[in-house]
Amino acid sequence: MDMNEIKEIFFQECEEQLAELESGLMKLNDGDRDPETVNAVFRAVHSIKGGAGAFGLDDLVAFAHVFETTLDCVRSNTLEPSPDVLKVMLKSADVLADLTNAARDGGTVDAARSQTLVRELAALAKGELPQPVAVVQETVPVQEPAPAPAAASDEAEFAPVPFSFDDFGLDEPETQPEPVGKPQYDISFAPRNELYAKGNEATLLLRDLSRLGDMSIRCSTDSVPLLDELDPEAAYFSWKISLATDRGEDAIRSVFEFAEWDCDLTIEATHGNPSTVTMDENELPMQPVPFDLSVLDEDEAETIGGIVEQEEAIAAAEAHLESLNASVMAAQGVSNVVVLADNDSRAEALKNNSSQPQAMQASVGQTIRVDLDRVDRLINLVGELVINQAMLSQSVIENDSHGVSAINMGLEDLQQLTREIQDSVMAIRAQPVKPVFQRMARIVREIADTTGKSVRLVTEGENTEVDKTVIDKLAEPLTHMIRNAVDHGLETPEKRLAAGKSAEGTVRLTAKHRSGRIVIELADDGAGINRDRVRQKAIDNDLIAADANLSDEEIDNLIFHAGFSTAEKVSDISGRGVGMDVVKRSIQALGGRISIQSRPGQGSVFTMSLPLTLAVLDGMVVTVANQTLVVPLTAIVETLQPEASAVHSFGAQQRLISIRNSFCPLVDVGQILDFRQTQADPMAGVALLVESEGGGQRALMVDAIQGQRQVVIKSLEANYNHVPGIAAATILGDGRVALILDVDAVVAASRGQSLRADMPMAVAG
Amino acid sequence: MKKRVLTVDDSRTIRNMLLVTLNNAGFETIQAEDGIEGLEVLETSNPDVIVTDINMPRLDGFGFIEGVRKNDKYRAIPILVLTTESDAEKKNRARQAGATGWIVKPFDPIKLIDAIERVTA
Repeated sequence: MDMNEIKEIFFQECEEQLAELESGLMKLNDGDRDPETVNAVFRAVHSIKGGAGAFGLDDLVAFAHVFETTLDCVRSNTLEPSPDVLKVMLKSADVLADLTNAARDGGTVDAARSQTLVRELAALAKGELPQPVAVVQETVPVQEPAPAPAAASDEAEFAPVPFSFDDFGLDEPETQPEPVGKPQYDISFAPRNELYAKGNEATLLLRDLSRLGDMSIRCSTDSVPLLDELDPEAAYFSWKISLATDRGEDAIRSVFEFAEWDCDLTIEATHGNPSTVTMDENELPMQPVPFDLSVLDEDEAETIGGIVEQEEAIAAAEAHLESLNASVMAAQGVSNVVVLADNDSRAEALKNNSSQPQAMQASVGQTIRVDLDRVDRLINLVGELVINQAMLSQSVIENDSHGVSAINMGLEDLQQLTREIQDSVMAIRAQPVKPVFQRMARIVREIADTTGKSVRLVTEGENTEVDKTVIDKLAEPLTHMIRNAVDHGLETPEKRLAAGKSAEGTVRLTAKHRSGRIVIELADDGAGINRDRVRQKAIDNDLIAADANLSDEEIDNLIFHAGFSTAEKVSDISGRGVGMDVVKRSIQALGGRISIQSRPGQGSVFTMSLPLTLAVLDGMVVTVANQTLVVPLTAIVETLQPEASAVHSFGAQQRLISIRNSFCPLVDVGQILDFRQTQADPMAGVALLVESEGGGQRALMVDAIQGQRQVVIKSLEANYNHVPGIAAATILGDGRVALILDVDAVVAASRGQSLRADMPMAVAG
Repeated sequence: MKKRVLTVDDSRTIRNMLLVTLNNAGFETIQAEDGIEGLEVLETSNPDVIVTDINMPRLDGFGFIEGVRKNDKYRAIPILVLTTESDAEKKNRARQAGATGWIVKPFDPIKLIDAIERVTA
């Protein structure tokens, strides 16, 4: 693994942390005051900062640092996460996401926006309550600029104290011939018990010290008690060290950086006066290594030898202590076992305790990260398995007409298992819609800001799972619809108040599973569709005749027509040349449907129904002009056998079928697809009553129904070419390829729009 | 013999950096994702030194260090705290919990290895 790969991991992790951050902030916004929520939010920013620092992403670090500081105030309860405070934080989360993206993909971030937020965050951290931006800019004109990157402030703490006379030569290698008269230091070092208890080791400190220069050392043993009073773990030794080094006092101090709180340490510069350390009678009878300037160059080895000697002495003393320790331990053997067991049970209790408030995390469970390609390969293989199993079943049935053999029963089990494997494999690709929903929260905030409207986004069912591909492709249409809902759907606060509503508009985004599909609803409590205006616009654009008699529902559905836009002025939010027709097409491309219900003055509800997966489909296998076709089951309302009395001619070509007192156009699938030139006899076939987007019902005529089955979808575009009226292909149990009907395209074609005219490319193909 | 380092950090990024840095420097590396896992792994991994983050879910670095120090077998093991929090208060708390030393992030391979060398024989 190299740094680039780790960087990739970092950005992946950032995405997760940003999602964590957003959802945590939303929880706080909803009044959640669980300290763990605040902690999780803090950790998310902290973690991003940590990684960003390692990669030198200074902009990201700087912003994360300010953000983190403010979050720390919330964590330590000095800042109440009021809605106003959270507003700033949610915006900051957005900027953090922008900075992360900019760091990954290049590009720039709205610097003014991030600087404003840095000011606001810093003000919050200082205990100033948030004020409207305009006021902040007026009253606090000379705020501090963005604080320096954390890196710098971290370093500041350890800024070296200038020590003038040996600054030069600081970086020279130790082995160089040393100038005469290196500064001399007397160091006295007496560890306390805590030093050892924290895993520091006097020997190692002395070793590091010896690396700084030439050292002589004396160990004082005068506080070592008699054996029966000796605590084997206590600190009894102290040392007096005489060190000649030109690395400066800071270098000496930094050796004791980890230990200085747990020892008595004095460092005195003696300016070349060698060995002011006086021998007293309680000190170990060791020979101080003479510090002699003249022998320094040639005789370094001896000096080091002296140090080694000292170290050996220390080591010996320690070995002694250790053996004492060991025997004490042995004596305490029995009680030790008890203590250990106690520790274990404590650890267990700790585990249990901490798992309690972590129920959420526990239920999320263990996860592994798998390359999507591997999952797709698996899904593909399972698809092949399904087909193969179906082929096997079919040939067994053909060869064994009695159908009761053991093989047959085994095959049924196999079929069951195959189906289960398929479902489980599909579940691997299933992901909660949460990330997309979270992105929408940001969109809402931004448009609310731009339009000056006050909007609350309520999301429900974020944990509803659906295929990852569906999620990925959902973001764009959903973004557009949310923009529309806030920009066109919701009224301005003044208008809302005038209409007797709260000034704050609500947009509700819901996801749920319903009969094997995912249903996503987007509801606003705005003004609803202005039907008069929609109608007028449709007449102006020649979409409908001026005297057309349309139901309310039909008028509402006009907004899905291509090129339809009712906004009187094109705002910079939704006026991007993308209409609801594009939304509708992208939903349909996912095998989904979209519809709208609107009530004047009360708002609109868009309902999207999407398949849970794009890999398999429940279909009805039918025969049309000797061809086998699959019709998606979700499109079919009912099937019926037309009777002569119910079929009526209408005009030269058209025929209608009456179903329970209403008429429905009869469409011959064979003719639409050019399988045959003349219409088949309706009475000889079967009619599939289908519902299409916004276009009401049609009865599709097919010759016969073969049965229902789940089929594995194989893209035609990927393997061949787009074919008008055909959505995809599949392989049936007998190994034949069957085409999957694109019901909406067929219905559209039946309205007089030719399939071919829609797709000029296909004619050439 | 290779020295064995146990690292405890909830960030995948930092875990990977630690792994690469330590392995390149000739250490054997064992990793845990939070304090609880750290204490579990400790029992079986028998490390020579521990490097731990402070801010972690489930059990933070302070709790983890206290847990290690309570364990008779590991109460004298060197523990380095790896954290961006360089302020004195945090360091103080880490020390009181029993940390041996600290490495201030941003993550710097040289500082890390240097600190490990300092606290291990």
